[in-house]
Amino acid sequence: MIISIKPVRFLLLALLALTPTLNFAASNDSIADKTEVVEPVSEGHEAVSSHAAEKEFSPTDLINSHIGDSHEFHIADWGGHPISFYLPVILWTNSGLEVFSSEHFHHDNTGHHIVNANGQELVRYKEIIFYADKFEALTQDERDNGAFAFDARPLDFSITKNVFSMLMSAIVLFFLFFAVARSYKKNPKAPKGLAGFLEPLVTYVRDEIAIPNIGTKKYAKFMPYLLTIFFFIWINNLIGLIPFFPFSSNLTGNIYFTFVMAVITFIVTTVSGNKEYWGHIFWMPGVPTPMKFFMMPIELIGMITKPFALMIRLFANITAGHIIILSLVSLIFIFKSIAIGPVAGAFVLFMTVLEMLVAALQAYVFTLLSALFIGQAVAEHDHH
Amino acid sequence: MQLTSPESLIFWTTLIFVVFFILLAKFAWKPILGAVKSREESINNALASAEAARREMQNLTADNERILQEARMERDALLKEARDMRDKMVADSKQEAQVQGERMIEQAKAAIEAEKNAAMAELKSQVSSLSLEIAEKLLKEELSNKDAQTKLVERMLGDVKLN
Repeated sequence: MIISIKPVRFLLLALLALTPTLNFAASNDSIADKTEVVEPVSEGHEAVSSHAAEKEFSPTDLINSHIGDSHEFHIADWGGHPISFYLPVILWTNSGLEVFSSEHFHHDNTGHHIVNANGQELVRYKEIIFYADKFEALTQDERDNGAFAFDARPLDFSITKNVFSMLMSAIVLFFLFFAVARSYKKNPKAPKGLAGFLEPLVTYVRDEIAIPNIGTKKYAKFMPYLLTIFFFIWINNLIGLIPFFPFSSNLTGNIYFTFVMAVITFIVTTVSGNKEYWGHIFWMPGVPTPMKFFMMPIELIGMITKPFALMIRLFANITAGHIIILSLVSLIFIFKSIAIGPVAGAFVLFMTVLEMLVAALQAYVFTLLSALFIGQAVAEHDHH
Repeated sequence: MQLTSPESLIFWTTLIFVVFFILLAKFAWKPILGAVKSREESINNALASAEAARREMQNLTADNERILQEARMERDALLKEARDMRDKMVADSKQEAQVQGERMIEQAKAAIEAEKNAAMAELKSQVSSLSLEIAEKLLKEELSNKDAQTKLVERMLGDVKLN
């Protein structure tokens, strides 16, 4: 079976599943059409559609492409042609900064379509942009693990799907809370409307997360950070669950994102650590002196494992949820049966509702643990 | 998961998050938390003042009760005093009446005694004058002749000599 749709969200797939035979019958023709369409606009370079290489439906590829990042925002397919929102590619190449639209890659992710940008020949392989000449020299294994092959590729600062989504969520959240903040100036009485909806969440973060973990004396300083990560992670978790443009990015299920968030929590914790905190790490009170030397490396590792656990937890929870939903959708294409559609649909609905709970829960857990780590760093011990 | 170029997302996440955080902290969290806090304070103040007013009300009621009680006690005391005074006055006047009566009786008795004495004296003088008259009459009769007169003078003289 040939499938021309790559990054389509599960809801769209579920809808398409109602007419599977029609969809796949058209696929054969569309590839041929596509090759003809692609070649004239391929700037003279060899253009082989990535879709042509896929002869078999592979749920692994489908899921990987959905939970991963990409240079363009796929919206839908129409007559076998992907309709995408092309995001800018920003590269720091050997000859300087290059900015161009991701449209120039023509959806190619196999390293065959060469884009010439100011004399630099670039190819894209699995959403990683390489120098064309150096890409040829790489082995298959090196190509597959190309994310860290920095000598074979330019530095990529593209506004990817995840960056786009993050930017959008930040703007939405900012205006949301800015509006709330303004409403307080006009209405100093009981909150209503948006403020009435968001204020309980703010006070929840304060009363249930910040104060119990950091303490009444010091919590105020960390409230902005805790509120920011709580709402930022939550809204991005939710955006990942909405299966159509301009949402559907898997930002919080991306380990780079959770890495940065965990690092920021680590920095906040480390910077705000007081004398007792460092004392507990380097010279654990209340244990015999030989043990103090023994405890030191353990405590130092503990400093790292705490944010590491934060990073993995959020990443794994969100990614796992997406994989389950996508697997359920893939069942329709694996069984090639219309009968499986409603069953998979019911499971997808159930999982989506569950994931909405997980979205809030993981934002809560991330914030709670951040508050806990900060609380440990600023705690004043009066017993030794 | 297919790992893509890490620097892109790491760079943008850091940048966006930091800018987002600073903007939110300045324009959203500060006013929101400030407003929430000041409102909570005003609610707490309102509750506290309501409690104070309630307590004051209670105090007022207690005061009123106390004043009423005092007034009642005062009234009772006044009544009691009046009753006592009345009793005392009654007793006093009774006693005085008795004393007065006794005195009047005494006076009456004295008057009666005096009257009696006067009557006795009168009677005595009457009796004596009557006796004198009788004696005069008798003497007149006796001294109507000369012998009798001489005899009497002699006897009288003889009595004087005796003294």
